[in-house]
Amino acid sequence: MSTASIPPVSAEVSGTPVNFRSGNDPWIRRRLLVSRAFLWSCRVVTYSSLAILGVLLASIVWKSLGRLSPNFVTSYTSFNPEKAGMLAGIWGTFWLVALTALFSIPVGIGSAVYLEELAKDSFIVRVIRVNLSNLAGVPSIVYGILGLTIFRPLMDSLEILFDGRHAIKVLGLFRIRLLQLEIFDGCVLAGALTVSLVILPTVIIASQEALRAVPSTIRVASLALGATRWQTIWRQVLPAALPGISTGVILSISRAIGEAAPLMMIGVLTMTSLCPGGIESPLQVLMNPSRLLAVPFDQFTAMPVAIYDWSKQPDPQDRFAAVAAAGIVVLLAVLLTINATAMLVRARAARNLKW
Amino acid sequence: MSTWANRQTNRRHETAIQWLLFCCAALSVFTTCGIIVVLLGNAVYSPGSSAAFFERVSLFEFLTSSHWRPAESGGQYGILPLFSGTLMVALIASLVSIPAGLGAAIYMSEYAHPHEREWIKPILEILAGIPSVVFGFFALKFITPWVLKPLFGLLGLHVSVFNSLSAGIVVGIMVTPLIASLSEDVIRSVPRSLREAAFALGSTRFDVSVKVVVPAALSGILASFLLAFSRAVGETMAVAIAAGSGPALAFNPLEGAQTMTGFMVHASTGDSDAASIGRMSMYAVGITLFAITLIINLISNWILRRYREVYQ
Repeated sequence: MSTASIPPVSAEVSGTPVNFRSGNDPWIRRRLLVSRAFLWSCRVVTYSSLAILGVLLASIVWKSLGRLSPNFVTSYTSFNPEKAGMLAGIWGTFWLVALTALFSIPVGIGSAVYLEELAKDSFIVRVIRVNLSNLAGVPSIVYGILGLTIFRPLMDSLEILFDGRHAIKVLGLFRIRLLQLEIFDGCVLAGALTVSLVILPTVIIASQEALRAVPSTIRVASLALGATRWQTIWRQVLPAALPGISTGVILSISRAIGEAAPLMMIGVLTMTSLCPGGIESPLQVLMNPSRLLAVPFDQFTAMPVAIYDWSKQPDPQDRFAAVAAAGIVVLLAVLLTINATAMLVRARAARNLKW
Repeated sequence: MSTWANRQTNRRHETAIQWLLFCCAALSVFTTCGIIVVLLGNAVYSPGSSAAFFERVSLFEFLTSSHWRPAESGGQYGILPLFSGTLMVALIASLVSIPAGLGAAIYMSEYAHPHEREWIKPILEILAGIPSVVFGFFALKFITPWVLKPLFGLLGLHVSVFNSLSAGIVVGIMVTPLIASLSEDVIRSVPRSLREAAFALGSTRFDVSVKVVVPAALSGILASFLLAFSRAVGETMAVAIAAGSGPALAFNPLEGAQTMTGFMVHASTGDSDAASIGRMSMYAVGITLFAITLIINLISNWILRRYREVYQ
């Protein structure tokens, strides 16, 4: 064991059979030992990355025990940690993600269909492809700068449309007073546009992969029966790729829920006692649907932004830490539900795969 | 069905749809252009009335001054403290994530039973999907007080509440799944014949993994390290929470530091006028961050593309 030199394979010349190394040979034993040690270090490293997830979840649940209660999700934030809740954040995130999905899903799937099914291999298409893989690596805070510089002022100019003072004259005869809405700079719409740009590359790349997995026989068969390209895409390829696309889209949406940096940049509220459109419960949507119109233009806060704010609260007794931890538990519960849905979709699709 | 007129409308529909979808795809190019125009227009040369950042502060001062103190008058704008903070966090993150990610990748592709792999991968995906703020909280309220303070307390060292070590560790945990999944893909695409040849020559599994498979996949593995490094450089919320907000040109991981991303979050929350120099400095930091991450991403995407060409 002590020698590091490698002895040559010993062979008896005197007529006896060649003596290959046996399991008892120290050199072989050492090599096998090294191999086993390597296996175990890889295994330990892998399982400790998994264990960290457990430690993370456990420590956060443990921290949150002081504050996690039903009224945490039904009350607004407050300077009193005993009373602070994340109702505004929950509704803000809900509307933000709804609008983000509305923008990014059609555009994302549309781009993927174009790139995979329709585009010829031209220069511009190659530019788009290279650009996509690089956009996916741009830090989300850089998109925040874009939102701050473009979408915030855009909201300002939208205000002119809806402001009563600038009511639009139709044919110079009568004035239509559009809905009198107040448009805030850091509104849900500005946030949703920014976050849409953040997740768009991932939506496109995931949809592209799903489309690529559809066998070309399906396309060829459909075209051979006289369907046009669009009919083929709409009636054959997209339905076949749907499980894959929805898995990718759901995972991207879950990324949008946890995104805080671009929202911080466009300047959403951190402490607020207002839900967008004043909607505090699903019932209010049914009773007064016109409030929905105000939602995209209203100020808001989102769950991760609220958590950031609570984590940063200077508090010697660490009482806001419990509030932040409770917020994280709610956020993670939402995210894990969504991830589980995505995995379920994928597992079901794998079972029903026809090719 | 297939009358001539019908086919004409069909064809027009098809062309319209194709153009619509092209516009969707082109949006991503516009996004890139938008980012570049916005950053250049506010940092380098401004066509409007308010002067851009580099029209007020010289590039030389920006790159060489060792103080970052944005202020309306007499501010100092040297990117070095922010850059050193970013570099320190990203290096600590690499120290954590490279062994962990590569080990997990080798384990999953070379050792794990397919069933085992089937449940390890989703858990790693969950780890990858946990938001940055959560990791920031974990670093600030768990890793610093419960792990680092007792550990370094034994050595008699002082650990401050905000420190870049905890930030680096959590960023490392965040990018580990990225390295693991990218490297695993790369390692799995190494042809079986190489492994079989090595086994036939009497190699142990260790020899096969470390002396045959990893060298064969080396360029792809390096590309995954680079991608993870650029992700760590751009990581924002975890660092903004855990590393603090005091820019310091001192490579002490036990003290607080401010990163480029951390400064941008900090600057955006302050109540400053949109055209003020403090606000404009955000664009200068932004363009630096964008350039760094873009260059690293370009290199690693290029390596990955070349690697795929070799084995496919």
